[in-house]
Amino acid sequence: MSTLTEAPPPLAPEAPEPKPPRRRGRWTPYWLLLPGILWLLVFFALPMIYQASTSVQTGSLEEGYKVTWHFATYWDALSAYWPQFVRSVLYAGTATILCLLLGYPLAYLIAFRAGRWRNLIMILVIAPFFTSFLIRTLAWKTILADGGPLVGALDTLHVLDVTGWLGWTAGDRVLATPLAVVCGLTYNFLPFMILPLYTSLERIDGRLHEAAGDLYARPWTTFRKVTFPLSMPGVVSGTLLTFIPATGDYVNADLLGSTDTRMVGNVIQTQFLRVLDYPTAAALSFILMAAILLMVTLYIRRSGTEDLV
Amino acid sequence: MEQYEPDRLSPAQVAAMRRSFTNGRAALTRRSLLRASAGGALAAGGLGTLSACGIPAAGQSQGGVPAEDRSAKEKTVNFSNWTEYMDVDDSGKHHPTLEQFTKRTGIKVKYTEDINDNNEFFGKIKPQLAAGQDTGRDIIVLTDWLAGRLIRLGWVQKLDPANLPHAYANLSAQFRSPDWDPGRAYSYVWQGISTVIAYNKKALDGVEVTSISDLLDNPKLKGRVGFLSEMRDSVGMTLLDMGKDPADFTADDYDAAIARLQKAVDKGQIRRFTGNDYTSDLTSGDFAACVAWAGDVVQLKADSPDIDFLIPDSGYMTSTDNLLIPNKARHKTNAERLIDFYYEPKPAAELTAYINYVCPVDGVKAELAKIDEDAANNPLIIPDKAMAAKSHAFRSLSSKEETEFEEKFAKLTGA
Repeated sequence: MSTLTEAPPPLAPEAPEPKPPRRRGRWTPYWLLLPGILWLLVFFALPMIYQASTSVQTGSLEEGYKVTWHFATYWDALSAYWPQFVRSVLYAGTATILCLLLGYPLAYLIAFRAGRWRNLIMILVIAPFFTSFLIRTLAWKTILADGGPLVGALDTLHVLDVTGWLGWTAGDRVLATPLAVVCGLTYNFLPFMILPLYTSLERIDGRLHEAAGDLYARPWTTFRKVTFPLSMPGVVSGTLLTFIPATGDYVNADLLGSTDTRMVGNVIQTQFLRVLDYPTAAALSFILMAAILLMVTLYIRRSGTEDLV
Repeated sequence: MEQYEPDRLSPAQVAAMRRSFTNGRAALTRRSLLRASAGGALAAGGLGTLSACGIPAAGQSQGGVPAEDRSAKEKTVNFSNWTEYMDVDDSGKHHPTLEQFTKRTGIKVKYTEDINDNNEFFGKIKPQLAAGQDTGRDIIVLTDWLAGRLIRLGWVQKLDPANLPHAYANLSAQFRSPDWDPGRAYSYVWQGISTVIAYNKKALDGVEVTSISDLLDNPKLKGRVGFLSEMRDSVGMTLLDMGKDPADFTADDYDAAIARLQKAVDKGQIRRFTGNDYTSDLTSGDFAACVAWAGDVVQLKADSPDIDFLIPDSGYMTSTDNLLIPNKARHKTNAERLIDFYYEPKPAAELTAYINYVCPVDGVKAELAKIDEDAANNPLIIPDKAMAAKSHAFRSLSSKEETEFEEKFAKLTGA
């Protein structure tokens, strides 16, 4: 601890520094930044500007689209599709909470208890990425098929009566209901929760646990006062990595859902590709971005953690 | 060793210590994120730049825009098609009919399966065609409504009948003059697609299905009925069921059909609107019955005895996938020769025997019977008179109607 209290090494203003090496390095950081900045400029900033412009244009494919500053598109889009927005946030939020509940114990196990199995379990967590997202989602259709073993068991145990009463499932099926979509989202984004959780848990010094024990903290108290607060950066980045893409996801709602489970990603896709209403699609994308930015900002403020990774 | 006394630490040191617990190398902090988002908002504030962007009007050049035809110099043709829409030999590497074409004409075919979805492919080629540039493709295959849109926008070239003697002679009567391309000036049919009702006998469990009305109303099928996300197929079949003609209907008729479908959605009768993925729902029995494409059903039937199809008395929808030559294509003559080649009965029969869609070529039946007797007698592949009489096409829509109708259909399907 003594190193911490020591004053930082003096910057030595009295002795004139040898100039050449420092002058030379002055531009290095900018050169290093250049590829990344160019990449972001071409593939992020330009498309954003283009989309922003599209959202205030009017016209048709034949007549072309002109910028007419038609901001009413935003209001029209929001008033027509607010249920899908609410639904997206609800589904993504539920999936994020489920991911946290499922992912935290697993990440904890990998970080502290897995021993020589650690690498194997990590591979198992990452392995699904070796197959396509689409195929993994389609596999859920088989798992949740009507009258399949899983749905049959849930039906026998009367679980489906409860979920049906809550409006999560319909009759004796799970597919094409909100529950199936949330399950798909949870499954597909679970690794994005586990990995950051694991990295931040793994960094915790084991001696802190011993110290807590020495100070007569029960295991639960140790977890509550030491482990969990120190893993907060992982919790925050995990929830963000899960929530943000899940809100915009449309594959799960498309394959596992029905007409009443469509999310805002589906609306944007339909408007862009089918209806060819580019302004509305662009406006919806911006509303979604703004909404996510707002929610994330509030969340980070509340969670009170300074470091995200 | 100095004693650890928090009070004596400077705030910066306390922060450093806290970071050391949670790894001080944090690249992304709350503050930096907030700062970044503020910066993003500022950047969005520079709205002046936005008006610079816009999408130019489509070139209304009827007849298309040719490029210099290099067919004679470059013996090649670039053919973009849908996946699994061409015959393949047992090794899976060769396309026999394409190789025959090369052997006979010396024209090499660069065959690419890069079309998966009409809407997505349109999004892909739109920027180039709108800007009047070559797409690098000499032949593309698009479903009739999109083919009609490209013709309307002036993005495809008029074909030269002199290069298409077989195509002109052998095109089946039912495909000769669609309202979006009268007399086939711009397009020729690659394959026809019939939209029918498919069902899973096991899942139906004795429930009788004969019409679209059964799908929409029979309470025993609640939640086990599928419709297609392709607007023209789902609405077309419903219009037929309501006694309207999909080739000639009004906006009110359309609204009535949407309302009828909406009622079925509201009471939970229709489970999902699907693309090609309905095949898995149907085989698993999640769909007891659904609106389906006949080409798929022929193949599903071969794999599973429970799957079968029926043609409702009210009729069925037929659409086509069409060969088109986009603007500025470099090998127009070669492309036309390739189109003509597939209108000779022999290659047409070989293709059809493999892919099982509706063959648009007259006189193919005898050739097909030599390869596959069953296929030649299957009305889904070679429509007989009774089948052809029940076939209906969806009328072409103006661009305004298209947007309006698709919007209403999108609302129906949930978005």
